[in-house]
Amino acid sequence: MATSRIERPFRDRERAAALAREIGRVAGGIGREVRIMEVCGSHTVALRQHGIRSLLPANIRFVSGPGCPVCVTPSGYVANALRLIEEKGATVATFGDMVKVPDPSGRSLSAHQGSGRLRIVYSPRELPDLARSIEGPLVFLGIGFETTAPAIASAFLRARDEGVGNLFLYAAFKTVPTALRALVSDPECSIDAFLLPGHVSVVIGLEPYRFLAEEFGIPGVVGGFEPIDMLMAILRIVILVAEGRAGIENAYGRAVRDAGNEAARLTMDRLLEPAPALWRGLGLLEGSGLGLKVEARSMDAEAIFGLDALVDLDPPGCRCAQVIQGKAEPDGCPLFGRSCTPDRPVGPCMVSSEGSCAAHFRYGGAEI
Amino acid sequence: MCLAVPLELTEILDSRTAVATSGDVTLEVDVSLLRDPAPGDFVIVHAGYAIEKLDRDEAERTLSLFDELARHGDLAD
Amino acid sequence: MSDANDGRCVTLEHGSGGALSRELVETLIYPRFGGEEYPELSDATRFSLSGPLCLTTDSYTVDPPFFPGSDLGRLAVFGTCNDLAVSGARPRFLSLGLIIEEGFPFSDLERILDSLRDAAREAGVAVLTGDTKVVPRGKGGGLYINTSGIGEADARARLSAKAIRPGDAVIVSGPVGAHGIAVLAARERLSVGGGIRSDCAFLYPLCRPLLELGGELRFMRDATRGGLAAVLGEAALDSGLGLEVSESGVPVDDDVRTVAEILGLHPLEIANEGVFAAIVSRNVADRALASLRAVPLGARASIVGSVVEAHPGVVALETAIGGRRVLGLPRGLLLPRIC
Repeated sequence: MATSRIERPFRDRERAAALAREIGRVAGGIGREVRIMEVCGSHTVALRQHGIRSLLPANIRFVSGPGCPVCVTPSGYVANALRLIEEKGATVATFGDMVKVPDPSGRSLSAHQGSGRLRIVYSPRELPDLARSIEGPLVFLGIGFETTAPAIASAFLRARDEGVGNLFLYAAFKTVPTALRALVSDPECSIDAFLLPGHVSVVIGLEPYRFLAEEFGIPGVVGGFEPIDMLMAILRIVILVAEGRAGIENAYGRAVRDAGNEAARLTMDRLLEPAPALWRGLGLLEGSGLGLKVEARSMDAEAIFGLDALVDLDPPGCRCAQVIQGKAEPDGCPLFGRSCTPDRPVGPCMVSSEGSCAAHFRYGGAEI
Repeated sequence: MCLAVPLELTEILDSRTAVATSGDVTLEVDVSLLRDPAPGDFVIVHAGYAIEKLDRDEAERTLSLFDELARHGDLAD
Repeated sequence: MSDANDGRCVTLEHGSGGALSRELVETLIYPRFGGEEYPELSDATRFSLSGPLCLTTDSYTVDPPFFPGSDLGRLAVFGTCNDLAVSGARPRFLSLGLIIEEGFPFSDLERILDSLRDAAREAGVAVLTGDTKVVPRGKGGGLYINTSGIGEADARARLSAKAIRPGDAVIVSGPVGAHGIAVLAARERLSVGGGIRSDCAFLYPLCRPLLELGGELRFMRDATRGGLAAVLGEAALDSGLGLEVSESGVPVDDDVRTVAEILGLHPLEIANEGVFAAIVSRNVADRALASLRAVPLGARASIVGSVVEAHPGVVALETAIGGRRVLGLPRGLLLPRIC
């Protein structure tokens, strides 16, 4: 397999064992508990899927963060998406991640699966052709972070250039650095270091994270998603913590350039601009989202279809808001494993395969 | 939050599109977010878009550095 | 479903019991499934078979009904026959129940029935009886097929999760993950994954040699919905024992692995239609493996783990990099994800 030339060394068992030993040695020297926030939902899953946590010493504690775009989207967004189908005559296109997320009443887009009015796409590339193939408006649910926003922007710019007139974007993008600032500004924050998201950083580079170290004295290391990538990032983190140094480092150099991907950011900037965004749990954060620029208003579903502003309403007892801030553990939620399971999820942390609760349910718990 | 897989670009079809391959799996990917994509480039692909080229030299450097770290413990920056 | 303009389609009259119903059965069903031994398919077909016997039933509805490597008809035969096979029975007879949505194209129905006929021949089973109903447009998912199957229970079989013992070996009959991806790619019209073909296959030729192990063959189950993770999880729960499984020991085709990564899926959790897991006593593990590998379908059979007393009811996975984590029962539907 051609690609394994690059990736295979990052899945190497012996290297993993050596890195784990060294992490154990350094962490042993620290002594106290080291709380590392894994910002990104893909890290939440990858750490558990590869059994990384089983290789690490007991005093390294992982806390899940807000990097699960589904988890941080308020339930009202799904209600609006359903309205687009049921009241506004639109067809909704979305990534698979959003299909099972419940709205405040517990309904989800899966009610329309197979109806032709809900289309699941793997890539925004499909959107221009999909729009051309259907009658009526096609609204794409624009969920994601800076990793995904450039791709969606590219697809929409292409649609505009090609004269596709029935494609609209319901933008709910979130940007990571502002959320991190909100987290560390909270007096209750007890995070010692950040495992920073690898693919978001591919786009934005390292600069947007510097404030963590410079203003708050908290180190952060950008990590990739192969097992060795994560172990390397964790080793750098514990070294920084052991030395009492706050720095922002890149352990995913083969993919992340310090300056990020400027071409991707320029594409994003042609369609999108910073906007306030409502995060489950964190509330409304200025400049933490991306919305359509005024010159792209004709593609803006929120404006064109007159959608209600979002309200964040969690079902009674649901603690997703605390979980995504790292203030509660999944099994600290009274609903976890009882009325809230992957089969019958109450909140998005359980619906999303990247949510902390879903990950804890699937990979954790039992003593093995 | 961001699944992305490493693939090799084997053919550039036009200014936007390339064929990316891993073994027998091929898919078309959008390369408009890259500067100067070329056959032979290894890239990471997210949701059908190549979002960056993979730097193989850097990969090797990183591995060597961490193999050192894992062996020795302290390493001056 | 296409309307009548696209070609002949099934109508409600075809299910009403009248002339059109008879015509449907006589033109579509009888020519395919009547044979020398059972020339007259009737509401209740008489046959003889001495026991002990196994009976199973299953219903099939896959969207879309045609996908690379297989289709609904083939699935409906092999799926039920495989249930019999992994229960230690030789499949012999099937019943065939069709529930057809009004508007389903005749041409699709004929293709599926052809495939069903061919699969039945391959499996050496006879379709003895059946039933056809038509439901109004909008009330059905195109076509549902129910097949009940009767098989001759092998006297040597002592299959049960309760028969599993600590120290037993866990075997997988072949590479996993293909079927679910083939169906998902076809359903969602994904261009990636289009080259993956379903592994849909008749498993009795693989199960039969294992039956010679008698009581040392403890347990068999085909890894359909939920994949290998579901089967192993159930074995652990039902036996009250733990399982230790090696991720790198489970065979997965490279292209399946790549596409699964792209779609954010895990091969161990993806449905198969031509793979089963078997648990055998440690003494016969190598012999069992050899008999599987002697059959082409079992060429990549592998020992993937063992049964332990520790962590009862839980499957522990040793990951490819030497970590450990729980391999839980998969939940929910397979959907491609970007996050």
